[in-house]
Amino acid sequence: MNPEQQAYRSAEAVARRGYGKLVAFLTARTRDVAAAEDALSEAFAAALKSWPVSGCPANPEAWLLTVARRKLIDLGRRERVGEDAAGDLRILADGLEAAASEQEIPDRRLALLFACAHPGIESGVRAPLMLQVVLGLDATRIASAFLVSPSAMSKRLVRAKSKIQQAGIPFRIPERDELASRLDGVLDAIYAIFTEGWTDPGGTDALRRDLTEEAFFLAKLVAELLPGEPEALGLLALMLHAEARRRARRDASGEYVPLAAQDPAQWDGQMIVEAETLLRRASALGAIGRYQLEGALQSAHVHRGRTGCDNWVAVVRLYDALLALTGSPVVALNRALAVAEIEGAAAGLAAMPDLAADVRLQEYQPWWAARAGLLAKAGAYDEARHAYEIAIGLEADPAVRSFLQRRQAEVDGA
Amino acid sequence: MQYIMLLYANESYWSTMTKAQQEQGVAAYTAYTEALGAAGVLKGGTRLQPTSAATTVRIADGKSQVLDGPYADSKEQLAGYYVIDVPDLDAALSWAARNPGASHGIVEVRPFWDYGVK
Repeated sequence: MNPEQQAYRSAEAVARRGYGKLVAFLTARTRDVAAAEDALSEAFAAALKSWPVSGCPANPEAWLLTVARRKLIDLGRRERVGEDAAGDLRILADGLEAAASEQEIPDRRLALLFACAHPGIESGVRAPLMLQVVLGLDATRIASAFLVSPSAMSKRLVRAKSKIQQAGIPFRIPERDELASRLDGVLDAIYAIFTEGWTDPGGTDALRRDLTEEAFFLAKLVAELLPGEPEALGLLALMLHAEARRRARRDASGEYVPLAAQDPAQWDGQMIVEAETLLRRASALGAIGRYQLEGALQSAHVHRGRTGCDNWVAVVRLYDALLALTGSPVVALNRALAVAEIEGAAAGLAAMPDLAADVRLQEYQPWWAARAGLLAKAGAYDEARHAYEIAIGLEADPAVRSFLQRRQAEVDGA
Repeated sequence: MQYIMLLYANESYWSTMTKAQQEQGVAAYTAYTEALGAAGVLKGGTRLQPTSAATTVRIADGKSQVLDGPYADSKEQLAGYYVIDVPDLDAALSWAARNPGASHGIVEVRPFWDYGVK
């Protein structure tokens, strides 16, 4: 590898691992995320120019931080000529503090995550904001994953960043009494990143697959930095369980395989062990929550798949608890499918959430597919056919679409 | 807001598909159209004959010129369109992603011109 490639590699590696850490450190006092990002990108450019000549520094993060801080002060001077230099002094004071331990840049990423998921930030932009600010993803990539136009995504991100600065959203970890509720916002945003990544179960779309990795990075970070928060552990367990089955969701010819038809031997045993360990640790902390319950549900599905033991009664009980906690129509839908396993299709249909309960169900493929499956079992073939038709029309993934088409053909043959 | 979804695809691909694949493809569009209708957003749309059936007309220097074939000669051809009425671009894009054309071609989403008529 020539020096240029080597410099590029180290800068890249630092960018991936340390980007959020550096943004978090630079923004801690100023709250100006956009300026920190600008300064950092200039510092990265300077690194790519200098490292091939003078060699890669012993502590690349510290090197980048020093350059970025200088850029930040320059930027500040340009913007506030004649104004008091309090900002500069703050940044310099921060510098002195850091100089004492240049080896160890304090990790303020958690505070940065809490700022991104602050209640003052519109909920839809929290996940994209985390991806950009903590992981350095560009707006175009984020926009593709969230099915939003790149220019609209850029605008939303810029607006969110100026809101952080102007509204004085704090960069700190909330106090004990509000930690749990504020943590929910952080976890929800991370889960949103994960589920965006997961809409492509075959992992054929590289962008989306990457997003799953990013979600794991964030979930692990939070679980590591808040080991005493059961929901943080629960989210990571839930994600590991889902990820463990990714491969099994497609057969050799790329066709979609639903959970009930999956081969448990295809599941990733290591991930499942990890998930189970996390769930046990979480439950020992003695505060149940949404993600632990969802993790426990995954765990129940794995157990049934592996042993063949019918555990639908326990599954319905878990859904009951989850429904009481979230009131989510999606939970009600999954609960109805579990009810049908015990009491039959008619009971399942009766337990399904009503379209009127949430207009979004009208455009929610799994609602139509679930209804179609239950109607077919109940012998209402015409209605089942129609429900499959809508489900097929709402699906974006070609493999899932052709799976639903096969199911519909089975109804026609019945 | 009204948006048009323009579907571009390589039309020579159609002839390489098996009969069963063609039927499945058509069925996917039928289901998609049904879903748009059920959601109450569908305003219109159709599949087009291949570009070999296209003819262009223009008047230059007072003389008419008529040519066989499509206007634009590109790898993907305009194959059809849908017109939908949805609240915003985000909603239009979520429908565009579900369009079967997004999986075998490209879906271009464009808002209608706003004439300011209330």
